[in-house]
Amino acid sequence: MFDLTSGQIEIQLVAVVVAVACALLGVFLVLRQMAMMSDAITHSILPGIVVAFFLVQDLSSPFLIIAAAATGVLTVSLVELLNRTRLVREDAAIGIVFPALFSIGVILIARFAGGIHLDLDVVLLGEIAFVPFNRTTILGIDLGPTALVMMTIILVINVLFVTLFYKELKLATFDAGLAAALGFSPVIIHYSLMSLVSVTAVGAFDAVGAILVVALIVGPPVTAYLLTDRLWLMLVLSAGIGVAVAILGYWLARYLDASIAGSMATMTGVIFIAGYLFAPYRGLIAIALRRRRQRWEFAGTMLAIHLLNHEGLPSAQQENRIDHLQDHLNWDSRFAEHVVRWAERHGSLTRQNSHLFLTEKGRQRAREAIVR
Amino acid sequence: MTAPASAQTPAIAVRDLTVAYDDRPVLWDVDLDVPHSVLMAIVGPNGAGKTTMIKAMLNLVRPAAGQVEILGQSYQKSRHQVGYVPQRGSVDWDFPTNVLDVVLMGRYGALGWIRRPGEADRKLALQALEKVSMADFAERQISQLSGGQQQRVFLARALVQDAQVYLMDEPFQGVDATTERAIITILKDLRSAGKTVVCVHHDLQTVPDYFDWVALLNVRKIASGPVAEVFNDTNLRLAYGGRVAFLSRDSAAPATAQPTPDYED
Repeated sequence: MFDLTSGQIEIQLVAVVVAVACALLGVFLVLRQMAMMSDAITHSILPGIVVAFFLVQDLSSPFLIIAAAATGVLTVSLVELLNRTRLVREDAAIGIVFPALFSIGVILIARFAGGIHLDLDVVLLGEIAFVPFNRTTILGIDLGPTALVMMTIILVINVLFVTLFYKELKLATFDAGLAAALGFSPVIIHYSLMSLVSVTAVGAFDAVGAILVVALIVGPPVTAYLLTDRLWLMLVLSAGIGVAVAILGYWLARYLDASIAGSMATMTGVIFIAGYLFAPYRGLIAIALRRRRQRWEFAGTMLAIHLLNHEGLPSAQQENRIDHLQDHLNWDSRFAEHVVRWAERHGSLTRQNSHLFLTEKGRQRAREAIVR
Repeated sequence: MTAPASAQTPAIAVRDLTVAYDDRPVLWDVDLDVPHSVLMAIVGPNGAGKTTMIKAMLNLVRPAAGQVEILGQSYQKSRHQVGYVPQRGSVDWDFPTNVLDVVLMGRYGALGWIRRPGEADRKLALQALEKVSMADFAERQISQLSGGQQQRVFLARALVQDAQVYLMDEPFQGVDATTERAIITILKDLRSAGKTVVCVHHDLQTVPDYFDWVALLNVRKIASGPVAEVFNDTNLRLAYGGRVAFLSRDSAAPATAQPTPDYED
């Protein structure tokens, strides 16, 4: 069916590895209500990368990653420093810090790196299609595209981080106070997480660029959050959604003959909207159906209570008739007919001519409702 | 076990404690001794520094001056002997986890880094849930709990810490009468078992019924000691100023006004 070249497979592999690495860390950013910090970090590490690039003149040097991680941590500290003055709120502090650092990076590139390999479009948008051309060889053996090697190492580090320190991450995210009281420094956990986000972001630059990496960090976890209420499952689902986004995005780009990074980011949006609509419990449709069912249940209970109150009394002749529900319960005849049918289907009443009689199940329903 | 429980060392000793947020003092030079095996209330008006006091005992805020010793040692050394119940509102109850998992967090301190809770820990957590009558809720998603149930879960989490000293920030906040009775029964059981329990508390009327020891706080310490000796009009007026109306001079339940719960940080 598809005749895949090794280049195509490699591109998709890089996309998958990047997406999963981002999605795992994103879970904790989203749960810590720090999703926008990823936006800040991915932008503000630019000057770190540029400066490191000037020093080593090699875009795939591990030194760039270290410099990026340091700049990411610097960003987080600056935001917290501003925030702690109580003069600037956190969201505004993010809005001050990252454009400042990012613009320094932009100026550095424009002024000093105009003609060379480090070009702004690549940093901002990435170009995953070029990934197979830049390869890593050790002792003459081709290990694969450099981006794939680098991102795989980063992915392994991220997986180890969230599995080894799963318990600590969970506690520090849910209850930082208890974490500190029990001796699990939330500050160390916080900065470790932020450093890894920075490292992952710089690794992901090649593939998706600085802007779209945010979509991969935030999109899959937010969708996973709609689908589950278990943290470990949220991590698994988030990673799975990352894989889906990467592969679907690649083929969407092929189909549209468009940017792969752009298509991947688009897919995060599409999958999020699908989750938002169809999630089994929290989705819009599930909520609407639940509301509807509750409306019928409530009306059915109300009817049962009404019938129970008049059951066996002389007034039952008048009250417990379907054509009188309009007067007594304020229901128009169509709605009354619907409710009576619903109640019949659920076995809580029977109808003889227009008279309504509770079944034992119906009486039970009414009594339980009153007691509660 | 009551290791360093010599009669001389109090369970908690606070010495010259001053805590300030920026230049605003929240606690001014507080000295406070909490003896072993008491159930103590910390009371005081909003912004009196009650939560800060608990946090300073737990080393969660850095004091400007002074120190706290728990069981005769610094908090770092006595950490495993201290159980903590934070304010219910301090965490995100939409966090994706269930009741049992939250209770298990109380075991993390004993487990240390990286090690995961095992079957023995699960058993302890289930026993603690049993004690707070929440065993049926073990698998329940925490966002589906009522306020009282949340408070019981937090209490169970502190119980599995199996501590000597318990520090609780408003354990009765937003709970119904049944839960309040259930909680106070557990706290009194802890005291009977020789534990020391300190609670930030707001309902002045219940202080004489629930507690045997009390500290009145309003940035500085007004008084502390047995409820019968220090929980009187004079001290309450000193702590609350004119904000509390008093029934009578020597009533056992002197105060009528219930200050609304506050959320200091």
